[in-house]
Amino acid sequence: MSEIETLERETLQAIALCADEKSLEAVRIAALGRKGRVTELVKGLGAMRPDERKQMGPLLNGLKDRVTGAISLRARALHDAALDARLATERIDITLPARPQAVGAIHPVSQVIDEVIAIFGDMGFSVAEGPDIETDFYNFTALNIPPEHPARQMHDTFYFNEKPDGSRLLLRTHTSPVQIRSMLAMGAPLRIIAPGRTYRCDSDMTHTPMFHQVEGLVIGEAIHMGHLKGCLIEFCKAFFEVDTVRMRFRPSHFPFTEPSAEVDIGCSRSGGELRIGEGADWLEILGCGMVHPIVLRHGGVDPDKYQGFAFGMGIDRLAMLKYGIPDLRDFFEADLRWLRHYGFNALDIPSLAGGLSR
Amino acid sequence: MKFTLSWLKQHLQTTASVDQLADKLTAIGLEIESVTGLAASLHGFCVAHVTSAGPHPNADRLRLCMVDTGRETLQVVCGAPNARAGMKAVFAPAGVTIPATGMVLKASKIRGVDSNGMLCSARELGLSGEHEGIIELPDDAEIGAPVAHVLGLDDPLFDVSITPNRPDCLGVHGVARDLAAAGMGVLASGAVEPVAGAFPCPIAIGLQFASPSRPACPVFAGRLVRGVRNGPSPDWLRKQLEAVGLRSISPLVDITNYISIGHGRPLHVYDADKLHGEIHARMGRAGEKFLALDGKEYEPGVADCVIADDNGVLGLGGVIGGAATGCTDATTNVFIESAYFEPLCIAATGRKFGIESDARYRFERGVDPQFVLPGLELAAQMVLQLCGGTPSDVQIAGAIPALSGVIEFRPERVSQLTGMALEESDCVRILDSLGFTVEADTKPMRVRAPTWRPDIHGETDLVEEIARIHGFDNLPAVPLPRITAVSGAAVSTRQNRVRWAKRLLAGRGMMEAVTWSFLDKRSSELFGGGAPSLTLANPISSELSVMRPSLLPNLLAAAARNSDRGFADIALFEVGPQYAGDRPEDQSTAATGIRCGQPHPRHWSGTMRVVDAYDAKADALAILEMAGAPIGKLLITQDAPGWYHPGRSGVIRLGPKNVLASFGELHPRILDAFGLRGPVAGFEVVLDAMPLPKRTGASRGALRVSGLQPVTRDFAFVVDSGVSAGELLRAAQSSAIDASLASIASVALFDVYAGERLGEARRSLAISVTIQPAVRTLTDAEIDQMAGAIIATVKKLTGGDLRA
Repeated sequence: MSEIETLERETLQAIALCADEKSLEAVRIAALGRKGRVTELVKGLGAMRPDERKQMGPLLNGLKDRVTGAISLRARALHDAALDARLATERIDITLPARPQAVGAIHPVSQVIDEVIAIFGDMGFSVAEGPDIETDFYNFTALNIPPEHPARQMHDTFYFNEKPDGSRLLLRTHTSPVQIRSMLAMGAPLRIIAPGRTYRCDSDMTHTPMFHQVEGLVIGEAIHMGHLKGCLIEFCKAFFEVDTVRMRFRPSHFPFTEPSAEVDIGCSRSGGELRIGEGADWLEILGCGMVHPIVLRHGGVDPDKYQGFAFGMGIDRLAMLKYGIPDLRDFFEADLRWLRHYGFNALDIPSLAGGLSR
Repeated sequence: MKFTLSWLKQHLQTTASVDQLADKLTAIGLEIESVTGLAASLHGFCVAHVTSAGPHPNADRLRLCMVDTGRETLQVVCGAPNARAGMKAVFAPAGVTIPATGMVLKASKIRGVDSNGMLCSARELGLSGEHEGIIELPDDAEIGAPVAHVLGLDDPLFDVSITPNRPDCLGVHGVARDLAAAGMGVLASGAVEPVAGAFPCPIAIGLQFASPSRPACPVFAGRLVRGVRNGPSPDWLRKQLEAVGLRSISPLVDITNYISIGHGRPLHVYDADKLHGEIHARMGRAGEKFLALDGKEYEPGVADCVIADDNGVLGLGGVIGGAATGCTDATTNVFIESAYFEPLCIAATGRKFGIESDARYRFERGVDPQFVLPGLELAAQMVLQLCGGTPSDVQIAGAIPALSGVIEFRPERVSQLTGMALEESDCVRILDSLGFTVEADTKPMRVRAPTWRPDIHGETDLVEEIARIHGFDNLPAVPLPRITAVSGAAVSTRQNRVRWAKRLLAGRGMMEAVTWSFLDKRSSELFGGGAPSLTLANPISSELSVMRPSLLPNLLAAAARNSDRGFADIALFEVGPQYAGDRPEDQSTAATGIRCGQPHPRHWSGTMRVVDAYDAKADALAILEMAGAPIGKLLITQDAPGWYHPGRSGVIRLGPKNVLASFGELHPRILDAFGLRGPVAGFEVVLDAMPLPKRTGASRGALRVSGLQPVTRDFAFVVDSGVSAGELLRAAQSSAIDASLASIASVALFDVYAGERLGEARRSLAISVTIQPAVRTLTDAEIDQMAGAIIATVKKLTGGDLRA
């Protein structure tokens, strides 16, 4: 057996016997280090005769390659074994609770406003706004509610104290003043909704001194009550997420519309559960009508050229009906238990494409 | 407005069923509140013959009755003093529901004796408050017959909600007219035969108004009927009034109520023997007072229309009569008043005194002025019928108000406004059946409204009349034409900020609250509010009397309520209006929140901490960044409003004047006022304060990233404690380094240390500066030079030295 073969056998044996990376490194230095046995042999090549070198060169290089390969193979095996051994000791109790992330919630009123905007937005409406503190003109006079109308009396309207000039401001009792403000600002044709806070001097089981309404106003040259009916049917189907909905338009009376109607939606009440769209019962959900010519005129719109419809509905009531919330007063209590139960995830952004509710 | 089917049928010939009538009423705008018949609620109650009534063996006050129900004879224990053998009574067998209590009656033992049912009082049947004893039925009542029929209570009762524009439907005749127009039958003639007077009216009538142009009472008519007998009313009249919830008083009073309900025409009757001199309408005078029929004393003022005689005020005209001149059983000479009062005057007087009378209800909505005289004739007829006597001539003062004007009507407006196609002839037919006078052969048509319709003013009113009688069920459902195939944005950037802020804060673990826009004065003053101009004149309570200057107080109050319920860790926010003044521009939208307790629930891995100003600062900055504020350019100063902790709060500005937000720990005194234990961190971001971005298109521009690795160097500076971290960071950022070689990409603070070793009022702030090479990798010497420049700049601007 040649010296080379012996060296190779001994070195490979030594590599195989290495139990850790440290001893492997010692073997590597003994063989391939600057003064290693393999290195020494390779160094000897320079002093050889050309024919000797020609014979020994490939032998020695082969030796070097095989030793190098064996060391790296062994190194990887040792490394893997060491990692396995370490991982075997690294165990956690994966049933311990994860790091807490506080979860917030969106109030049903905000959620329903976003739902309403998604639906009417698709029908070409844009969102308009007006102030909560209103003048008598915008809240009443411009809406054809004469000074002696009972709604103007103290028992319905929150008033501020009289100013030196005799005028007195009030808290808007409906979102309808936004009709006038929008017509004056944007003219006709017009398609707006105006969600917002409204106030009435009223407080009992079903009334709170503050509540939310959404106003709708469509002005055009040939907008008629059939459009109003079509628009509201589509809204109710989309909002309550039902394929068909029974609706009833009843003649009613509002000073700012003519003809005026109240709209009922079909529902059933069985076993304490309210189902919208089906059943034999009726539930009033909104008031509407064709905008009164006097109101158009107050909005700077020519009633001989333009006509249109308006509607107003209660946002809190829509939320109660859709999400089965029993008591209006709880809306404004900020009870964490209530908010957690009836609130919505921040990512539940209503859209027609993504669905209004889960 | 309540009326029975039989009353309706006095005015409407109809074969329609109750359900058909009810549906039609709602369909034409006379909304049915309810249709009730006692026949249903009294199902099972029957006429029984009390065959014997003896003492109860174990109770002195109870009686033991044997009762023949027609099918069997049962033993019943009864506590009524009038229970006696031989009477006919109302028997409730076991199993029926007692209307007054809603309880199902069971056979039971009363004081040890079997009782198989109950003999009922009027109160138990829900008929009246009468509980003196059990109902005594007429002797000829058929044993076993249903009680509802025997009592005449099986007449369906309609309760209809009448909108304020329809005073004509506050009389059964008006309701019948609408139903007839809608095809539900034939309207009975409303014509009233005049009653000839037998002698001139001896009582003078007058109108005494200072301004005769618009008197509160333009016409006042009356007549005397002599020799009447005012006993109890006949059964038919009593039952008819009781069926609609009115109490029968006497024929003379019942007649006025009968005509008020039947024709919507209020009248008043006086005992003529108690009148002195001329009876007249005039405005009240200071110091006058009278005792009214409701037993209360009123003092009419100069704005109230009164009826008076020579002795003074008799009553408030059209609102309530006086007790002194009212009719009693002893009345033999009756004076009947029929007048017209101005609705506005009646409404003001009624409101002022809080009197809710049937007369006020009708007069303030507007009665038919043309029915003043027919109403008086009708009353005279009935008085003669029911009470006998001899009528005088009619006496009248003033004139009946003029008829309404002509309305020009284009029938095509019906289809233009409603989308319903109606023939002209249908339009004319409907108007005609409602009593309108139509000249159909002119263009436009000339239409005159009947005098009982004060609500009709113009063409659209006529369209509404035609549309509602034709039926809103016939409205076509037409989709709104789309403006564009794909709809554009419905909300503005400003409105989107509101929506984003809510979802951002909810995403940061906060719960959205919606609280009142108003609050109590004391709380508002704690937050700089409470101005008289923002104080309600008629608040619902003092707790809700002032517009909120900030959203914080309501959130703090909500936190206190939740804390009382045992929730210590609270994160609440609200995005809504706050009011700095009463002009529209004084209302702003704020995104405001508070955090109390620990920011997270306790966790096994970490240490506990409580919320602090930096939690609130993070919330505020997150909103501002979301809304597009230039975060790097914001100024943060330590001058937050007084409701914050003076040392632990700040204000975020864009430029020196424009305050975008404030944040910090709430002042301990504020927490005390709300009963909260601290600390509580809060923030207020004024969403409207941020300028709207100029929209330059959606493109972001190309991303430019350097291929050269940035260099990071850490420095710790020791500065006076008066030097803020912000100043140090700005100083480092401003360091002049060779711009052709590199720029300072970012400066971040990573450690704050204060300790004795640094000396008093000194602290160490450690920052990390990232330098971005511009053209090539920097040499060590260049980097050292730049570090030197940073140290020098910081020293110059803040006095800070590199920490040894």
